[in-house]
Amino acid sequence: MAKREIPEINAGSMADIAFLLLIFFLVATTMDVDSGLQRRLPPWIDETTEKPPEIKKRNVFTVLINANNQLLVQNEWGDIRTLRKKAKEFIENPNDDPELPEKEMIEVPFFGTYPVSKQVISLQNDRGTKYEMYLKVQNELVAAYNELRNELAKKKFGKEYSKLEQKQQEAINQIYPQRISEAEPKNIGGKK
Amino acid sequence: MSKFKQKTKGGSPKISTASLPDVIFMLLFFFMVTTVMRDVELKIKLKLPQDISESKKIEKKSLVSYIYVGEPKPQFQKIFGTEPRIQLNDAFAKLSDIQSFIEKERAARPESDIPFLTTSLKVDVNTKMGIITDIKQELRKANALKINYSGRTQPKM
Repeated sequence: MAKREIPEINAGSMADIAFLLLIFFLVATTMDVDSGLQRRLPPWIDETTEKPPEIKKRNVFTVLINANNQLLVQNEWGDIRTLRKKAKEFIENPNDDPELPEKEMIEVPFFGTYPVSKQVISLQNDRGTKYEMYLKVQNELVAAYNELRNELAKKKFGKEYSKLEQKQQEAINQIYPQRISEAEPKNIGGKK
Repeated sequence: MSKFKQKTKGGSPKISTASLPDVIFMLLFFFMVTTVMRDVELKIKLKLPQDISESKKIEKKSLVSYIYVGEPKPQFQKIFGTEPRIQLNDAFAKLSDIQSFIEKERAARPESDIPFLTTSLKVDVNTKMGIITDIKQELRKANALKINYSGRTQPKM
């Protein structure tokens, strides 16, 4: 019986097929992971509801941004580069300065009774402010909180904030709660 | 008469290309695994803010809906002008469309996921805050409170 020979299949074009598929995937897909500043909006309230409680002036850190992207921090000309330092000083109030926020003794797990400042950061921008500037200011304020939390985590637990357990993180958040309040924007710098 | 004979006679030996498909397939699989399908075609100019040091990665992409804001690309400027516009999915949208957009996004997902839905604002750096504020008000009305201002940690190369 004659042996039937199986013809060899030419695999030379296999590379071409693979290239084609590869190029298809290169074009049709994206690699970038979305990252950004995660924030929470306050819930919608009707204008008829009663006014929010008054907050003492010493507890509020005001940051205003105008239509020319200039900063007014605590009624003084501000600079984006010094904003983080100023905000940190305000939130922490290390020397119990009477000009800076009051502190309240609060029971915090891991820390016992701890003086927690009643700070609030108020941010207001104009409708003409550039988005980039607004986001940079937000970033600096969030960074101020994050740095303080990190410092406290290192002092107390000897670890970075991000490496702590969730309960420890919650305790630190209780001491440095992130309170950035955004006021309704003004429209001084002209339309849009 | 030379003592050393030239072993090969002209030309270089042929390189086997038999492993080429394997190499290419490996690359192919790498890209298939690491990338995701492109979802929308941008109709606006979008340059995300750079150097936002505190930005974090969004963990679950399936729970994110995107709102794009920016100046329309040149080919759309005849119709839509040069003022920054909102883009939802593949089309330009009005402010009033945002609430129904959020409703649709919610309806498309299981009920248990709804509290974790995030709205990511992808906004061009040159946009003015006016339109962003309006969008934020709409989101508050729609009760979509978790938002994310898209930006990169490091400047893109």
